[in-house]
Amino acid sequence: MHKTLVSQVSPEALAEMRRTERRQQINAAIRYAILIACGFAMIYPLLWLVGASFKSNREIFTEIGFLPLAPTFEGYVEGWKTSTEYTFGRFFLNTFVILIPKVLATAFSSVLVAYGFARFEFPGKKLLFAVLIGTLLLPNVVTRIPQYLLFRELGWLDSYLPLWVPQLFAVDAFFVFMLIQFLRGIPRDMEEAAMIDGCRPTQVLIHIVIPILKPAIISVCLFQFMWSMNDFLGPLIYISSVEKYPIALALKMSISVTESFEWNRILSMTVLALVPSLVVFFLAQKYFIEGISTTGLKG
Amino acid sequence: MYENRLLGFTYVTPYVIGLLVFTAFPFLASLGLSFTEYNLIDPPYWVGLDNFEYMFFKDRVFWKSLSVTLLYVFMTVPLKLVFALYIAHILNFRLKGINLFRTAYYVPSILGGSVAIAVLWRYMFADYGVINLILGAVGIDPVPWFGQPGWALFTITLLRLWQFGSAMVIFLAALQNVPQSLYEAALIDGANKWQAFLKITVPLITPVIFFNFIMQLVQAFQEFNGPYIITGGGPLKATYLLPLYVYDAAFRDFEMGYGAALAWVLFTIVMVFTIIAFVTSKYWVFYSGDKRS
Repeated sequence: MHKTLVSQVSPEALAEMRRTERRQQINAAIRYAILIACGFAMIYPLLWLVGASFKSNREIFTEIGFLPLAPTFEGYVEGWKTSTEYTFGRFFLNTFVILIPKVLATAFSSVLVAYGFARFEFPGKKLLFAVLIGTLLLPNVVTRIPQYLLFRELGWLDSYLPLWVPQLFAVDAFFVFMLIQFLRGIPRDMEEAAMIDGCRPTQVLIHIVIPILKPAIISVCLFQFMWSMNDFLGPLIYISSVEKYPIALALKMSISVTESFEWNRILSMTVLALVPSLVVFFLAQKYFIEGISTTGLKG
Repeated sequence: MYENRLLGFTYVTPYVIGLLVFTAFPFLASLGLSFTEYNLIDPPYWVGLDNFEYMFFKDRVFWKSLSVTLLYVFMTVPLKLVFALYIAHILNFRLKGINLFRTAYYVPSILGGSVAIAVLWRYMFADYGVINLILGAVGIDPVPWFGQPGWALFTITLLRLWQFGSAMVIFLAALQNVPQSLYEAALIDGANKWQAFLKITVPLITPVIFFNFIMQLVQAFQEFNGPYIITGGGPLKATYLLPLYVYDAAFRDFEMGYGAALAWVLFTIVMVFTIIAFVTSKYWVFYSGDKRS
């Protein structure tokens, strides 16, 4: 039976099948070529950066390859000392002192608010939700000056309070929105069963909703971590004394001070500045991809 | 089960307070400030429309900054979206190693907004930087990446294009939801792949295209870190985007009133574009179950 089928296929049809197969292989090859070329262009700056951070200044200006010919730690050693009285370690510490409370406050407030929006009915909910969506699109630039004046009135300038406190009030609508979307996809059966058993909503939140929300909460923390690592304008406006600088400000300061020819110091510190984000990203990649695919957050 | 209205409102109270104190009040206050002159030392002084009059009729820096901003947005947003969609389309062919590529493309968009990457850009594209070294090796004259107005804006644009990964991941997720059967049916009916992509795939993902477009638009209008660190807005204000001007006016020159006026003009421009996008969306964005075709 099988044999007869094959013998019935005409030679032209066979040739056609081979052509199709060949065309598909060529197409796949072209696609890979495009992907690899683009991928290389994407990753090259980072590879070059890491390589250059181990080069001497002279080599940075003369060699193209990203592997250093004569690897040296000079950039790291000298760069770490910085041109200030503090080491770069101080700026790392400051960064985390800003970041950790900020991330925790974001997660805490966003979960409460998202739970309220996703599960309860209350007067004005529709309007408030519309406002929430609207603020997703509101450019920060328009609120920044009065915010600065407000924190100035409160005497919070040159402290971390302007960076921390707003996060207690779920000011990043993105995170609330993301958690609401996630909660909407989860059936309420478990929560309702718990309530019939006499649990109060707060207990339900702590014992049922938060455990279910865990992946989404992790995504919130990760995105807030990345954005806060990248945040420059906030510290630039609010922090004025060098001892309180986070990495972002310290790097900016170093390019203004050691501009001339100490490239490898700056590039070494640039590498270090990227390490926390890269480590976190690779440890938790799937949360990023899921977070961004389900709600379409900015990256 | 969740009928307790008061409790529901209690949960969203933090958001309501945050909204009033950190968003709504500053939003209106900056409109109010834009009609004043305020240098932080003397109390705000009401000047009516003077700030706007000066901006529109006397301030050449404003017009330069506005035109550079529009140019920047019109270059980066479409290029980034087309590129992101194209790469997502290729990745959607279920090739082997797709996750590796997705990661490679996504990493820059995670890091790209940081000061560190802006610093990297500044050194890579410097006169004696590695990009010019590479060009020299293949016999091309060094390019004044930051030395000439046109090139400088282009270099800043490249930095943003380099961050296309987040838009791409969103596109890819949408493409993976397009039923393969529709696509195959079109091919059997004699459409070529390009036609099938344009007539089947693209219409099906227009909601996502729309979403990405709005997000990229709002973000591009607010770009600050890149030009501030890489070029400082120069040369000849060629990369002096409006957010830089707002910053300089308010936090360098302490002209809070004028800064607020600039911020409100920028906000109005973003709003107008967003509204245009929303209004026209009914002609080109199709939601599933939509009767129109």
